[in-house]
Amino acid sequence: MGNSSSMLTQYDIEEVQEHCSNTFSQQEIVSLYQRFCQLDRNGCGFISAEEFMTVPEFAVNPLSQRLFRMVDGLNFKEFVLFLSAFSSRASLQQKVEFIFKVYDSDGNGKVTFNEMLDILRDLTGQFISEQQREKVLTQVLEEAGYTKDSLLVQADFMKLLSYSSETILDVVNTVPVLDILILGNSVLKMEVEVPVD
Amino acid sequence: MNKLNTSSSELDLDRPNIEDYLPSGSIQEPHGTLRLRDLLDISPTLTEAAGAIVDDSFTRCFKSNPPEPWNWNIYLFPLWCLGVVVRYGLLFPSRVLVLTIGWIIFLSCYFPVHFLLKGHDKLRKKLERGLVELICSFFVGSWTGVVKYHGPRPSIRPKQIFVANHTSMIDFIVLEQMTAFAVIMQKHPGWVGLLQSTILESLGCIWFNRSESKDREIVARKLREHVHGADNNPLLVFPEGTCVNNHYTVMFKKGAFELGCTVCPIAIKYNKIFVDAFWNSRKQSFTTHLLQLMTSWAVVCDVWYLEPQNLKPGETPIEFAERVRDIISVRAGLKKVPWDGYLKYSRPSPKHRERKQQSFAESVLRRLEER
Repeated sequence: MGNSSSMLTQYDIEEVQEHCSNTFSQQEIVSLYQRFCQLDRNGCGFISAEEFMTVPEFAVNPLSQRLFRMVDGLNFKEFVLFLSAFSSRASLQQKVEFIFKVYDSDGNGKVTFNEMLDILRDLTGQFISEQQREKVLTQVLEEAGYTKDSLLVQADFMKLLSYSSETILDVVNTVPVLDILILGNSVLKMEVEVPVD
Repeated sequence: MNKLNTSSSELDLDRPNIEDYLPSGSIQEPHGTLRLRDLLDISPTLTEAAGAIVDDSFTRCFKSNPPEPWNWNIYLFPLWCLGVVVRYGLLFPSRVLVLTIGWIIFLSCYFPVHFLLKGHDKLRKKLERGLVELICSFFVGSWTGVVKYHGPRPSIRPKQIFVANHTSMIDFIVLEQMTAFAVIMQKHPGWVGLLQSTILESLGCIWFNRSESKDREIVARKLREHVHGADNNPLLVFPEGTCVNNHYTVMFKKGAFELGCTVCPIAIKYNKIFVDAFWNSRKQSFTTHLLQLMTSWAVVCDVWYLEPQNLKPGETPIEFAERVRDIISVRAGLKKVPWDGYLKYSRPSPKHRERKQQSFAESVLRRLEER
């Protein structure tokens, strides 16, 4: 498997582009392919755990294990689909869907208290005690109108992670004035730039 | 600049604060009362992870870019074929011949000198130095090395140590043909190891083993002894600890910078016009690498001997190492990268992940108190 884009035909590129709903340009797909080949050192068509962990920037990330489980064994087409949530052309819905999938580890479409606790544990490590974590999570859940036994679905995430007009008054006190101008759409910033040579 | 975190882990003492270099996902410090939304919004962390998947500065250091093919049309292709015939049919055999002659001369002089002059150490050392410089010149000749040296030649004085950026084992040969340095090297298997234990031993070279952690103290002690000895050959160290692709420099290990002696930086930059001199040890063995060099037109490089540096008052060894790295990178036109070269062989320490977790945890707890 070489690093040159001659391994990828125009048909392949268009197929991948369609698969990820045009969130990446053709040049970006070529760059992503070069990156995929670079990471897939043994050329077996997917990136293994070892190969991911050789990227130190990825290995030090608290959520690397979770993300790895989602991207394990993916071929190139699925790899691009996985990254499509991070494109600048991705919609808010795609981004929220991605975050929801990270939380919903058993994939049943519902996020439980324990699943939220798991992520919080990954993010805070040993620096907050388990009881404190549960307490904090229960507290913010109740303030948002949920209980400890609530099961959140994607629509709930959508409501919570986008700033709609109803919550504007809440936000006015917490967000600097200039940010209110962009509140019309969303404040969710989840974008990665694909380097194009 | 960087604060030294006093930690018990040996490995960490070598590294300055990576957090100062790494791009942080969340630019603004979140403030205000803690809401469910803030806990659920993991987008900064996810963005950092995705950014690392898409491109990361560490892998870039070890990428050997294949040269752009230039033989793609009707008259360039026959020219290239002719070039291949000349390189493999004419140049390569004559180079092998030259190298063989060189080895014969070297070995036939070296062994007599080594054994017969056992009593006269000073003379023996001088001759051995001259002979090693000779064989290195033969090596450089065997790749048609066009090496331009800039700056004053190294002098043999005590209490000085030479540091250079590392691209391939041939760095050592290129520098050695001008001055017989003693080097710190990883012990290699095969014929290289044999050369190391016989000939290089006489120059006063020091061996280390990357995989042994206790090794570090022993090497530090040997370094100190060598540098303070009056007649030892000048010591050459490659503080990156691994071969990098000559476009970037990785972090320098502080071992050479805390010996209390003058550090003389040397910058080496290879011109990729005929061949890429980067030895990608994951992709090829040293023998293959040498053969690749011997079947290309020439190896072109520049060597700059830079102004000797001393530890400034109030500067830590790590800051000193970074300052010297800066000098070398600027001279050779290399970009600096905040990673430890040894991450090629091992995982990053969990301390980095823990620091991220700690800062997030503190921010959550703080906002909880603001209620």
